[in-house]
Amino acid sequence: MRYAMVVDMKRCVGCAACVVACQVENDVPEGHCRDWIAQETRGTFPDLALEIRSERCNQCTAAPCVPQCPTGASHIAEGGVVLVHKHLCTGCKACVAGCPYDARYVHPDGYIDKCTFCIHRVREGRLPACVSTCPTFAMHFGDLDDPASEVSRLLASGRAVKVNHPETGAKPNVFFLV
Amino acid sequence: MRSELELYGVNPGISDQLHVWGWEIPVYLFLGGLAAGLMVLSGASVLTGRTERWRFTNSVGPLIGFVALVVGMGALFLDLEYKLHVFRFYTAFKVASPMSWGSWILVLVFPAMLLGAFSFGTWRRPIAILNVVLGSALGIYTGILLGALGARPFWNSGVLGPLFLASGISAAAALIHMAAGSEDERRALAKVDVVALGIEAVLLALLVIQLATGGEASRRAADLVLGGPFTAPFWVLVVLLGIVLPLVIQGLAIARRIHHTAWGPALVLFGGLALRTVIVYAGQVSEWRGY
Repeated sequence: MRYAMVVDMKRCVGCAACVVACQVENDVPEGHCRDWIAQETRGTFPDLALEIRSERCNQCTAAPCVPQCPTGASHIAEGGVVLVHKHLCTGCKACVAGCPYDARYVHPDGYIDKCTFCIHRVREGRLPACVSTCPTFAMHFGDLDDPASEVSRLLASGRAVKVNHPETGAKPNVFFLV
Repeated sequence: MRSELELYGVNPGISDQLHVWGWEIPVYLFLGGLAAGLMVLSGASVLTGRTERWRFTNSVGPLIGFVALVVGMGALFLDLEYKLHVFRFYTAFKVASPMSWGSWILVLVFPAMLLGAFSFGTWRRPIAILNVVLGSALGIYTGILLGALGARPFWNSGVLGPLFLASGISAAAALIHMAAGSEDERRALAKVDVVALGIEAVLLALLVIQLATGGEASRRAADLVLGGPFTAPFWVLVVLLGIVLPLVIQGLAIARRIHHTAWGPALVLFGGLALRTVIVYAGQVSEWRGY
């Protein structure tokens, strides 16, 4: 099982409903977030290209944050999702510094927090909060090891696919349809 | 081509002011490096047959190192976000985590320093070897701690380990140079300091060359000290005041052109702290993302 997310950038309008849904679902403290919107404009007028991405922890297959953890709090759980055991976390922040995507933050209660792909919902057979709330159906979630899953079929559909900064070697599992 | 990025709903880290580690970490890295240097010098003084001539180095040095490391670990503790869980460092050993290595090295280092300060007779040699080995491990680990973070291109270099060890030995030699009672010992440690400073300067140059000639992310990291926001603190505080000026002052004193003063070693100690501060802060803003 390998959970992944596919974000269709042609459909995303950057409304940030995913950000709000996540904050409500996961009780994310004010001033922090587990997901965010990146709106990038490239080129010189009039030749401009706009890209809107809903970004979060990439749940990397070769997650650079996990080996940095001195206590085993950061670990790879079912479906390749990177999670943090609160009771083991010292808040040393080695994983925060070790994440090339800056997806982790210090929770005011002292432990390190991050996107969990809403694993508590996924275990109940529901979709992550951000995916289920997306009003333009730009976000998809599923198992890449299952060739019949929505995410597998989207990635095999022939549309151009990218991940953020593949050069880090972390093998991200959040994909963007160009 | 121009690129413009708007981000909303973001962590402090997503914007440019990533703040992971504050003043506590450079202070710890400096005091840890100083303790490491004092251990290496105290062991080396015994192993090279200078036990009597370098009395301060091998008996008082490790005790100063002990106090420095206690203060340094206090700073490290202040940095922890979940202080009650500090014991979790000692319920696990993670081979791939430099921080895990460091927390266990710290446990071994304290008794070694005490043994070094009070050793006598046939125990002297093995304890001196222990101090050189553990002191080197402590000094190098403080560099690997940052160097193993591939997510921060400015830190991601093997040079940081030996660089921080050389800087620690130089700071330790400077401290003894300032504090030792015997003129002979002070003069000898000033020479050690000049050699350590020279090695530090070469390693620092290698770091900048490696970053400036690497891939895109490395070159952007090098730009932080080659025209970017850390240029002035790096070249003025670290290189000029922390390395070049004390090299000149102590070189002239060794050549007996001027008297030994506290200016040289004081600048060395200042430079050691400045080196860690600039590297810790510059590393945190260096990123793969080149938006």
